[in-house]
Amino acid sequence: MTQLPPPSQVKLGLVIDLDTCVGCHACVVACKGWNTENYGAPLSDTDPYGADPSGTFLNRVHSYEVTPPDGPAQQVHFPKSCLHCEDAPCVTVCPTGASYKRAEDGIVLVNESACIGCSLCAWACPYGARELDAVEGVMKKCTLCVDRIYNENLPEIDRTPACVRTCPSGARHFGDLGDPDSAVSQLVADRGGIDLMPEQGTKPVNKYLPPRARDADQIDVLAPLLDSVAQDGKGLVAWIDRALSALPKGARG
Amino acid sequence: MNPAPSVIIFTTLSGLGFGLLFWLGLGLPDPSGWVAFGFFFLAYALAVGGLMASALHLGRPERAIKAFSQWRTSWLSREGIAAVATLTLGAIYALGMLFDARIAPLGWLVSLGCGVTIWTTAMIYTQLKTVPRWHHWTTPAVFLSLSAGGGALLANQSVAALALLTIAAVLQVIAWITGDTRLATSGTTMGTATGLGDRGDVRAFLPPHTGSNYLLREFVHVVGRRHAMYLRIIGMILAFGVPLPILAMGLSHLTAGIAVIAHLLGVLCLRWLFFAQAEHVVGLYYGKR
Repeated sequence: MTQLPPPSQVKLGLVIDLDTCVGCHACVVACKGWNTENYGAPLSDTDPYGADPSGTFLNRVHSYEVTPPDGPAQQVHFPKSCLHCEDAPCVTVCPTGASYKRAEDGIVLVNESACIGCSLCAWACPYGARELDAVEGVMKKCTLCVDRIYNENLPEIDRTPACVRTCPSGARHFGDLGDPDSAVSQLVADRGGIDLMPEQGTKPVNKYLPPRARDADQIDVLAPLLDSVAQDGKGLVAWIDRALSALPKGARG
Repeated sequence: MNPAPSVIIFTTLSGLGFGLLFWLGLGLPDPSGWVAFGFFFLAYALAVGGLMASALHLGRPERAIKAFSQWRTSWLSREGIAAVATLTLGAIYALGMLFDARIAPLGWLVSLGCGVTIWTTAMIYTQLKTVPRWHHWTTPAVFLSLSAGGGALLANQSVAALALLTIAAVLQVIAWITGDTRLATSGTTMGTATGLGDRGDVRAFLPPHTGSNYLLREFVHVVGRRHAMYLRIIGMILAFGVPLPILAMGLSHLTAGIAVIAHLLGVLCLRWLFFAQAEHVVGLYYGKR
């Protein structure tokens, strides 16, 4: 059914720390690996070793440069996957009922055997979280590793999405964002977690922790040691400096 | 957005087909026998041909029957149901007309169904907040006026065609003028997309993948936008500039044929622009639009 269920008590989702992410793409690889070998149709690649490689991914890492009005530019690595929105527009547009949101934990899934590959859910998603698989002709999206998180055949430590399990910098957190006392909710509260594109009215469950503010007066602790021009030259260097400076336009900087 | 030929052909042909069926439903004209067969054949060839083309757009067309189930929330589902119901009722109505026994109330119902079908088709696009250019009342207004005007042209209703095509041309210009700035004024920017906008200027530094992908192919179409101005002029001349003077002068079989072909090509051009010029907000993640 493509009618959204009433808001669930449990809202499983991810919290992504933009301050900690190092942009290594390990989550991208882990996601592709797990979701190609397990739930649903494999994530295909077309022309993977050729001139125009392309493939289906459920998680992708962008990198942005942010330049504050007063301060040095900052690079931010930005993993992006399905945000499991409360008001998921991808669910209501689906003509077949293949796209649905689970009433019990809020995970947005695609029933691939009912998907006709019309792409309308991907059109309705502002985040680019859905990709039509070029080989299978069905819509693929993040399942929040629904086949891991409840899987009692796995050791308990592995019952978390593959991207979270693999992240070497601890930038990805999984938990119940519907419970204000959960570790992820606390993290969001402490760090001022934000929604992406709140004006689209999708009410994403996943939250992003913005990068912490950097010291404005110093680019790097090593910066003083990296001064490129010696101001207090001695001996031969000082003599060359004086001699060259004496030439017309000899000391420019 | 990717201007997929299947969807352009679908909306153009079905628009004209349901437009013609709309006028036939009203009994304008009110032919019988072989002439009625000819009119209904044309309407059904266009409407059904368009719907078949839309199935080519699907990744799994063999499951298309499932698309009739979610009418409670999905405009695409509603459109499918409206189209099939209208065509079914229209077939019964056509049968009556062939044997000179027109059932007027059924005809009105068919006309209403045509309007609902075109409106639901337009709403598939209008509902998308993610494509600000489409998320506006001008989208159904242009679809409906073009369909009714083109249908009137096919149905040999000169006065109605003249009026409706003029309205469609004006609405199309309004859609362009207001639509050109709608992404910029939608409030969605790279800043809100990344949540980093309140700390400074955001620039896409590294893309997440070196090759292309589904998102860029489907949502970030830049090739045709370069020539948008000329295509707008060509589309306007063909869709309205040629048929309107011909309609004003009065139709003969030859001039009507020229008007119809020009109008069809013009609407194809306008519909191509409708998709090619539409910007999806996901492009912002790539620093594109």
